[in-house]
Amino acid sequence: MLTLSMISKRFANGTQALRDLSFAVAPGEFVSLLGPSGCGKSTALRIAAGLLLPDSGTVTRATDDIGFVFQEPTLMPWADALTNARLPLDLKKLPRGEAADRAAAALARVGLSGFESSFPRELSGGMKMRVSLARALAAQPKLLLLDEPFAALDEITRNQLGDDLLKLWREDGLTVLFVTHSVSESSYLSQRVLVMTPRPGTVMADIALAPGRDSRLAPVTIDAQRMISTALNEAA
Amino acid sequence: MNRALTIALPLAVALAVLGAWEWAVAHWQVPPYVLPAPSAIAHAFAGNFTSLMAALASTLTVTLEAFAAACVLGLATAIGFSQSRLLERTLYPYAVILQVTPVVAIAPLILIWVGFERINLALVIIATIVAFFPILAGATLGLKSADFNLIDLTRLYGASRAQQLWRVRLPTALPYLLSGMKTAGGLALIGAVVAEFVAGSGTATGLAWRIVESGNRLEIATLFAALALLALTGVLIFAALSLLEWALLRRWHESALSNS
Repeated sequence: MLTLSMISKRFANGTQALRDLSFAVAPGEFVSLLGPSGCGKSTALRIAAGLLLPDSGTVTRATDDIGFVFQEPTLMPWADALTNARLPLDLKKLPRGEAADRAAAALARVGLSGFESSFPRELSGGMKMRVSLARALAAQPKLLLLDEPFAALDEITRNQLGDDLLKLWREDGLTVLFVTHSVSESSYLSQRVLVMTPRPGTVMADIALAPGRDSRLAPVTIDAQRMISTALNEAA
Repeated sequence: MNRALTIALPLAVALAVLGAWEWAVAHWQVPPYVLPAPSAIAHAFAGNFTSLMAALASTLTVTLEAFAAACVLGLATAIGFSQSRLLERTLYPYAVILQVTPVVAIAPLILIWVGFERINLALVIIATIVAFFPILAGATLGLKSADFNLIDLTRLYGASRAQQLWRVRLPTALPYLLSGMKTAGGLALIGAVVAEFVAGSGTATGLAWRIVESGNRLEIATLFAALALLALTGVLIFAALSLLEWALLRRWHESALSNS
């Protein structure tokens, strides 16, 4: 679904963000890209989305139907939740009625029925992130890229949204690339964890996680955390 | 503070000042050609009502036309700047030069170029020059303030530049634009009055001309009446634009929310 090979990126200020970064994500997979702050995870995700061009290396995407969720909700403050969720559909010039229906359905899927005409400032941090997720889903993407989407939320909300994301991924057969700096989040949510080194970032370990992690506290989830933590320490 | 107080307090101050003024003029027997009493000003206003209203209509027409022109030109230029850094770098210095040059100094030139037979056009052009810059500055800053991530998101969905402008940049710029418009509204009136002063009597028919004429004839009460009308007009323009700002921003922008 998505392949990055030998990606390098240096910013104008001289910072070498990525060096020879390679990984692939298979269709339907849920993969976490894990690393310490400033290791180039977000840069890698932007390159994967095509928002940023690498200095060298190639990106191959099997689809152009991409959904992207930023660390901040990144909503339009002047527009209500429905209009925000509709943005991708409006940009693709879908008929108004159809766009509204699909956006309303997307809001319903993230648990925001009845909040269609609420403005972002009237919503909590978690709800704003749900609108952001609904916006990504409204365009019915095949590949969903998320950049530490729940990092700014409290733990309870973060866990709820994590569970919701898992449910959406299972229902839609999405391919998910999830950038995070949280070992526990990656160990519970994803099937595979790519551990990155500090800057310049590259993939240090590719850890396939055992199935059966149905809860955050299941022994198999805890085992996965231990494996990931060990790899993270070795990468640092 | 409750709403009634925000109206009652300034009103009480006005009444107190007018009362003191009336009393002082009578008590010290100030000659009316130095300082007429408020009652004399009111009398002069009533006596010259028709001609003052005609003068107000003339000034207001120039002001509103100049304001509209400044809005259209300022926003259009700002949109041009937002689409091309090269255009901005090339033209922005000239916008600044236009802004910092005192309009009184260039007004005679514009009057000559446009011609006294088209005096109203000349007045509108002068007032437009005065009102143009706050709109340009506000809109330029606003159009540049769009959330980078939001712009990236629109790119992801293949948005055209026009779509980015319409869906993200212009709404982002709206509070900045409205702030510029509030400044520009007052400046358009100032510009119109300055232009009328420069044009002089004989051709201009606005309130500024009434002020000059009344001054020459030592009809100070009429001068004050025209002055009061001018101040009231300025306040009303500001109030109307504040209302527009509130109506457009009240659902989402912090500036409007803190007031409601």
